[in-house]
Amino acid sequence: MMKKKGMEKVNWPVTVLLILGLITVAFPLYMTIVIALKQPSEMGTGIGSILSLPKSFSLSNFAEAMRVTDFWRSLGNSILITLLTVVISIVIHSLIGYAIGRNKDHSKFYKFSYLYIVSGMFVPFAILMMPLVKQTAQLGIANWVGVIILYVVFYMPMNVLLYSGYLKNIPMALEEAAYVDGATTWTTYWKIIFPLMKPMHATVAVLTALGTWNDVMTPLVIMSGSGMTTLPLAQMTFQTQFGTNYNLAFASYLLALLPILIFYLICQKQILNGVVNGAVK
Amino acid sequence: MDKKGMTGRKRTFLLITIPIMALFFCFNTLPLIKGMIYSFTNFKGYGSYEFVGLRNYIDLFGDARVGKSYLFTFKLAVVATIIVNLISLILAMGLNSKIKFKSALRGAYFIPNILGALVVGYIFNYFFTYIFPAFGDMINSGALSSSMLSNPKLAWIAIVIVCAWQAIAMNTIIYISGLQTVPEDVYEAASIDGATGWKKFKNITFPLILPFFTINMVLCVKNFLMVFDQIMALTKGGPAQSTESISYLIYNNGMGGGQFGFQSANAVIFFFVVVLISAFQLGVLGKKEEQL
Repeated sequence: MMKKKGMEKVNWPVTVLLILGLITVAFPLYMTIVIALKQPSEMGTGIGSILSLPKSFSLSNFAEAMRVTDFWRSLGNSILITLLTVVISIVIHSLIGYAIGRNKDHSKFYKFSYLYIVSGMFVPFAILMMPLVKQTAQLGIANWVGVIILYVVFYMPMNVLLYSGYLKNIPMALEEAAYVDGATTWTTYWKIIFPLMKPMHATVAVLTALGTWNDVMTPLVIMSGSGMTTLPLAQMTFQTQFGTNYNLAFASYLLALLPILIFYLICQKQILNGVVNGAVK
Repeated sequence: MDKKGMTGRKRTFLLITIPIMALFFCFNTLPLIKGMIYSFTNFKGYGSYEFVGLRNYIDLFGDARVGKSYLFTFKLAVVATIIVNLISLILAMGLNSKIKFKSALRGAYFIPNILGALVVGYIFNYFFTYIFPAFGDMINSGALSSSMLSNPKLAWIAIVIVCAWQAIAMNTIIYISGLQTVPEDVYEAASIDGATGWKKFKNITFPLILPFFTINMVLCVKNFLMVFDQIMALTKGGPAQSTESISYLIYNNGMGGGQFGFQSANAVIFFFVVVLISAFQLGVLGKKEEQL
């Protein structure tokens, strides 16, 4: 009995330690905000003046950073690429996941297809990078279209694994019943199976969206010549120009981090579930 | 289902599978094959080229810069994997115990993982260049008062810190979901048998979450071996090429350094290394799971 009571009591020492530990997460974010709000003249070299709050509140750095990085255009590009990648991935990957998942146990061809696609997970981008630059240029898709196609291909192994695994939870009987009612496999899929895979769509959407939103390497090598840029890519400007104006750079970094932070605050539960499902399955 | 229905079903499946497989082949397998072919040439990335047999591969093993990048990448992967798993496991046990504000704390600790590695790298770059040295001046520490990033002996530690900051968030969440699978009565039974503290962890908790340990090990090692964004943001491979990761070297010299063929050979070797290590980890850790 006493043990039971002890288990239910809040463990305050651990709670306090964990709250203190949050400094490691909060400090870099705090510094980013503070530096973004300061003016270059307020940047001292002592530890005190580095950590201090800005003297006056001004958003001028943000306005300037938006102009320099063409913020709205880069944001629009990032949203366009991420959104299209997620939608296409959900449609295409769930379809092939379905075809493979329903057949791989009794067909050698689908078993092979499964292993073929899933083994793509181990191919590092480094080896594909150089041939892909040539290939996308030859095809005339060294731009956002090419980047989306590549993302759809790169995320296929993981997503096919997730979808075909999830399909085991959906009984065949449902499809057979639909077939008796005269529905074809195609309509059965869209009317019955696709809606039933909703939890997996959420997982796939979260994983694919986080990956593409934050990715730098693919747009860097594929569309650097197209004059278009994504939000993370636009931050590279500060490494070459404006090298000394850290306040401007940090205002821009903060702007680049904000969309995903806001998105995380709104869909925290879905994101955490998605990430865990994706990794554990 | 009758015969006619079955053939219709089969046709639908094939009509789905074949075009998508073709797409996958064109943008994954085809470039992989092309990369392998380039690795046998002296292609610079432009102009004409000829086949040189195994020369790139032979040169690769004698190349000091390539060797250095492998050493650095492995050092980073091993050290970061150990640190990340240790901290994540402790953090996960804390976040899984009877604490107040549980879901808020869990949510907050996950934030580093959703942020883009490049921007995080740029932010930490400033910390290592200005804030840490200022802190070092304050406590009169000579070692800290200059930037870690410009010291060839310390720069790799900075990379480990930034990689760990983001990876810990991810691994912690996975460990938490592992700890949640351990039923409460297992602990109760163990306490009755007199198991406490470290013993309880070693004999009960850890074996039960071993599958999650496997996932984290494989994820960590794979991600750290392919490290790129952090290098790009923090050191660009410097100082004195002390933090040049394999991916960064392939990118830098292959795309801009006129070593397209040579770095393709490097990439092929790297591909086999990644496959071998992943297979080895899954094999060894998988066997351990079976024994339990």
